[in-house]
Amino acid sequence: MRTIFNKTLIDIAKDDPRIHMILADIGYGEIEPFDEAFPGRLYNVGVAEQNMTGVACGMAMEGNVCITYSIANFPTLRCLEQIRNDVCYHNQNVKIVIIGGGVSYGPLGISHHSTEDIAIMRALPNIVVMVPCDCIEAEAAVHAMIEHDGPVYYRCGYKNESDIHEGPINFQIGKSIPVCDGDDIALFFTGPIGYDAKKAVKRLAEEGISVRLVSMHSIKPIDKEEILTSAKRFGKILTVEEHNLSGGFGSAVAEVLAEAGCPCELKRLALPDVYVSKVGSQEWLREQYGLGQDDIYNAVKEMLNK
Amino acid sequence: MDKQRRCELAEFAFRVRRNCIRMTNNGQSGHVGSMLSMADVITVLYNGILKNVSAEDPKNPNRDRFILSKGHAGCAVYATLFEKGYFPEDWLMTYYRDNGKLMGHISHHVPGVEFSTGSLGHGLPVAVGMALAGKLKKASHKVYCMMSDGDMNEGSSWEAIVFAAQQKLGNLVGIVDYNRVQALGHSENVADLEPLDQKLELFGWNCVTVDGHDLEAIENTFTSLPNNGKPTMVICRTIKARGVPWLEDTVKSHYGFIPNDRVEEAIAGCRAYADECMKGE
Repeated sequence: MRTIFNKTLIDIAKDDPRIHMILADIGYGEIEPFDEAFPGRLYNVGVAEQNMTGVACGMAMEGNVCITYSIANFPTLRCLEQIRNDVCYHNQNVKIVIIGGGVSYGPLGISHHSTEDIAIMRALPNIVVMVPCDCIEAEAAVHAMIEHDGPVYYRCGYKNESDIHEGPINFQIGKSIPVCDGDDIALFFTGPIGYDAKKAVKRLAEEGISVRLVSMHSIKPIDKEEILTSAKRFGKILTVEEHNLSGGFGSAVAEVLAEAGCPCELKRLALPDVYVSKVGSQEWLREQYGLGQDDIYNAVKEMLNK
Repeated sequence: MDKQRRCELAEFAFRVRRNCIRMTNNGQSGHVGSMLSMADVITVLYNGILKNVSAEDPKNPNRDRFILSKGHAGCAVYATLFEKGYFPEDWLMTYYRDNGKLMGHISHHVPGVEFSTGSLGHGLPVAVGMALAGKLKKASHKVYCMMSDGDMNEGSSWEAIVFAAQQKLGNLVGIVDYNRVQALGHSENVADLEPLDQKLELFGWNCVTVDGHDLEAIENTFTSLPNNGKPTMVICRTIKARGVPWLEDTVKSHYGFIPNDRVEEAIAGCRAYADECMKGE
């Protein structure tokens, strides 16, 4: 996914000289083509994320579109106050991109796990929070991110993600994208874990259970219409996210349901409120922490009492 | 500097000090010492140093940019901007009050303010970004960023110092209102920055030190900054709460305001200080 991100950004930047990358010494093997294509439009501030974000804000105040880009929590939590006070309060055109949402960097450990980011970033006014699920969404999300006038948080996956969508998509900030329709329950996911959800849904279909599967790539703003329509239609919603249970995507869905007074059974599948301290790959860690394909499959069956 | 100009500047600085004292008293806010220490420097900056900066054309693309990183002293910038005609007088006493026009820490919602700060260590990185953008556009304007002792404690300020030197931002001017007092004590007892000038030079900056209360010296410094492609830091040696003798160089002046029963006495102190400035050497 990070490769398609960088490729798409280069394609857009050819016609948009406002675009600059401001890095903090991360991106080896991925960011070099941008630098080669656009000399003088990529700046590496060194390992200094607060300065990266402040510099990006200052450049954006002069009419540029600046991409900050790094691993997991480095361009978010390390410099959160710069994002809040500088970028978001001044509503500047800074796009904060992380590589490795969730536990993509599995065995590297919790310093490289971005598992509270959605909750934290969506709490900030003025920012758009987007979580593409596959390379098809990732490409569209880069276009949407640049077209949007203001701060964006782009939670990118890592590499080798499988496609979830099977055809062209209509990607809009604030809207979701259905993967397949169903009759029994709605399953909303955000991010690449949707591929496991899709596999679980296929298994369920073989047993005659029909699931409406929806990618919610836009967490802020969120697609209230889809949430409330599905709530009324099915009365049961399952959310799946590779993120701490607290405050993330599932919480955002719960807020919409609660405020609408919409009676609907909601279950949130997410990482438990612990640090992911076991050592292993992303796939293995998902299984260890209750986010494996079987967990999704079982959650649907439990909600349908089957 | 001729006498007339010296008198004009001293009078301007007096009005800034007087309004800071009245506004902070009225708002029962704080940081009056931080405002009074920078009053002379900001007076000179807004009276001849900052180019193409005017209330008539506040978004002039060729204007010099000024960022106050020590946002807690924003009242001194408000008082200056009022003198320069950016907003009406009746805004002043709304400072720090319910439904006020002027936020406690400096706010870009106020006409003439480029950037909001309040948490230290934010101004210089943003100024560096603005200066880098200006350099890329081959613009002629400069970017000024005024910091404090506490600001220079922040790691992010030093991150920006390293990067500004790396990028050879000759259009960037940092200013330290170096009053040597911070929130909990005198700086040499907290996180001593000395020798600050040598440190900055080792980090690749030009560094100029000036008496931050000598109007003529301040003006001469800013009109003859090095022009060698490096960023320049002007260390302004100042005295916290300058102009109010009983408050000068005290830690309590950092958080405090001047109480009702001492406002006129404090203003009289600033008046006397201004009168002395007008005499010159």
